[in-house]
Amino acid sequence: MNCAWCDTEIILSLSWANLIMLEKEEILCSECKLGLEWINGNRCDRCSRNTTEKRCADCMWWEEKEKNESLQFNYSIFTYNPFMKEVIAKWKYRGDYYLGYIFENYLMEAFKENFSFLKKNGFVVPIPLSEERLLERGFNQAKMIADFLKIETKEILTRLHGEKQSKKSRMERIISKNPFFITESINKPVLLVDDIYTTGTTLRHAARLLKKHGCPNVYALTLVRG
Amino acid sequence: MNTIVETITPTQLENLSRIFSGRILLRREIPLNEPTFQQFLDNQYLIPQKSIIKKLLAHQCMRCGNEKKSLFAKIPCSICNKTHLYCRKCIQMGRVMECEPLYTWGGEPPNWSTYKQPCTWDGTLTQGQLQASNHMVQAIRSGEKEYLIWAVCGAGKTEMIFPAITETLQQGKRICIATPRADVVRELYPRLQKAFEEVPVQALYGGSETKDATAQLIIATTHQLLRFQHAFDVVIVDEIDAFPFHADPSLPYSANRAKKQDSTMIYLTATPRKDHQKRIAKKTLPHTFVPVRFHGHPLPVPKTKICFSLKKDLDEYRLPKAFYNWLPKRENSKRQLLIFVPTIKLAEKMKDSLASILKKEKVISSEAMLTSVHAEDVDREEKVIQFRQKKITVMITTTILERGVTFPSVDVAIVDAGHSVFDEAALVQIAGRAGRSADDPIGEVIFFHDGKTEAMERAIASIKKMNKRGGFET
Ligand SMILES: [Zn+2]
Ligand SMILES: [Zn+2]
Ligand SMILES: [Zn+2]
Ligand SMILES: [Zn+2]
Repeated sequence: MNCAWCDTEIILSLSWANLIMLEKEEILCSECKLGLEWINGNRCDRCSRNTTEKRCADCMWWEEKEKNESLQFNYSIFTYNPFMKEVIAKWKYRGDYYLGYIFENYLMEAFKENFSFLKKNGFVVPIPLSEERLLERGFNQAKMIADFLKIETKEILTRLHGEKQSKKSRMERIISKNPFFITESINKPVLLVDDIYTTGTTLRHAARLLKKHGCPNVYALTLVRG
Repeated sequence: MNTIVETITPTQLENLSRIFSGRILLRREIPLNEPTFQQFLDNQYLIPQKSIIKKLLAHQCMRCGNEKKSLFAKIPCSICNKTHLYCRKCIQMGRVMECEPLYTWGGEPPNWSTYKQPCTWDGTLTQGQLQASNHMVQAIRSGEKEYLIWAVCGAGKTEMIFPAITETLQQGKRICIATPRADVVRELYPRLQKAFEEVPVQALYGGSETKDATAQLIIATTHQLLRFQHAFDVVIVDEIDAFPFHADPSLPYSANRAKKQDSTMIYLTATPRKDHQKRIAKKTLPHTFVPVRFHGHPLPVPKTKICFSLKKDLDEYRLPKAFYNWLPKRENSKRQLLIFVPTIKLAEKMKDSLASILKKEKVISSEAMLTSVHAEDVDREEKVIQFRQKKITVMITTTILERGVTFPSVDVAIVDAGHSVFDEAALVQIAGRAGRSADDPIGEVIFFHDGKTEAMERAIASIKKMNKRGGFET
């Protein structure tokens, strides 16, 4: 087994724990794993940003702006440190699909800890790519994340082709039009998943649409808080 | 239906052949709209080939040659709706997918220009340089498959290859100079363009502005050779022994593929690896040895100094006492100082303790005159420039500065010279940083160690041997 990032060989330490638990094996070597930075300590209860406040200023702003809150809360696992930026760029933009498996265990864990209550009657909905973008990249990273989770995936959102989010300024993103369409109404709670929460606009666009079509509550799980 | 291709003039076709011939391309690298692209396929101007092939025990990426299992993965592909392989190895150059072919040019090959006197460099070559360059020209003329130039550090390799370039261009042929590091491409590019003013030159490296390769004279990183197939009549591979060319099997693979069937490969090296040394001894690889530096002085022979409690000093990010003993006794205190250390961490952490002592010894006047540099340092280019301009007096470095960079007047200290990163070739290369200018043709090289290794002994023996072959008494 070789490290998914640096390709050096990983010497497996077989312990009873991982034999019994049948955990998926780590695909990052211990050195590369040091590059991952977990969000820990105090975090905003709405968006997972590291903060000493209970709720961060951005989230207060959203609360004021939205009469009916679209998103219950977002949970992110990692910070967007330089290593994560490199990994995500190679995974998503270069299209190294395999790198997504680095996060499988961590996503499963985060789901179990924070969203178990959705298991019974909820669905996971990945943030879609536009048709054009999907054909360019060959896969949707959010769909990959959704498939890791032990809960049914429903791809009920589609997306209009527009300018790349990453090329827009923060304000442009916040005031941009809703790019999503919904193909099916849903009357059960939904967990949206995506790779990164930056301003929260994308997720809220999707959440609003879901709520408009009967969804009682929308949550989000993202890999990274940008 | 054939309207698009029928309207293509011979000149346009010649231009297209320059863009596409000798390349191995993904669809997205071919700037043609879909109908034109289809016409090109119908007329066999572009030939598709499988991108990932199945071999007996492995798969192989036909762009980079990768056969390593861990560097292939499966992707549930939204383009073809199947799950299939893609190559992880060369993904930085655009993903090679099993469902998408690679394309090569099937039309007429381009007609390259024939130059009468392309070389505008007016310097003169030393005896040793001249001999090596005559042999290179001979090898090209007689269609020799391979030729190796073994030239000591500081022999002046760049000027030596000018006659070989001239010969190729006079024959109306195409040439590529490949070197392992982008820094070196950036440094050589303007020198080449100046030496061949009338000839369009292109420089290719990761992040370079030019992405096409339409010039007759190209300088590229060895990595960029992955983009070519049967493109060059002459390929000069600089530093053939260097990482990553030496360590990465896809690079020899691509260098081999980049050359035409009938072509000449010329290797340049100051420290040939074992495989080449063996072939030289067996006389299966013709070569020329250039034992003398361009200024006519011998290579500095390293001295060794034993350090007690070296590991403890390094654990505490201190330089050994032997270093501080040597410091005030240097033969020429005006020289700048390069200190090689084995790890990035040492390079970073040793700076503080060193600064205060260098100040006390009056080697530097302020802390700003000392810096450290390593591969992950984003300011590394800037620091090297500052050192060259003598704005910095002392630089701590990892092996990234072991080759390819020249400073006129330095002393070189290698701390923990017994560490495994300092193999024989690295030690010879590092020692070769000293005494590079005609104004100061000697310099001190000291190996600080806590037990001599075979690599250290072999490096010293090999330097002495090279000096002897150059006619110097040792
Ligand atoms: Zn690793
Ligand atoms: Zn918040
Ligand atoms: Zn490849
Ligand atoms: Zn496919």
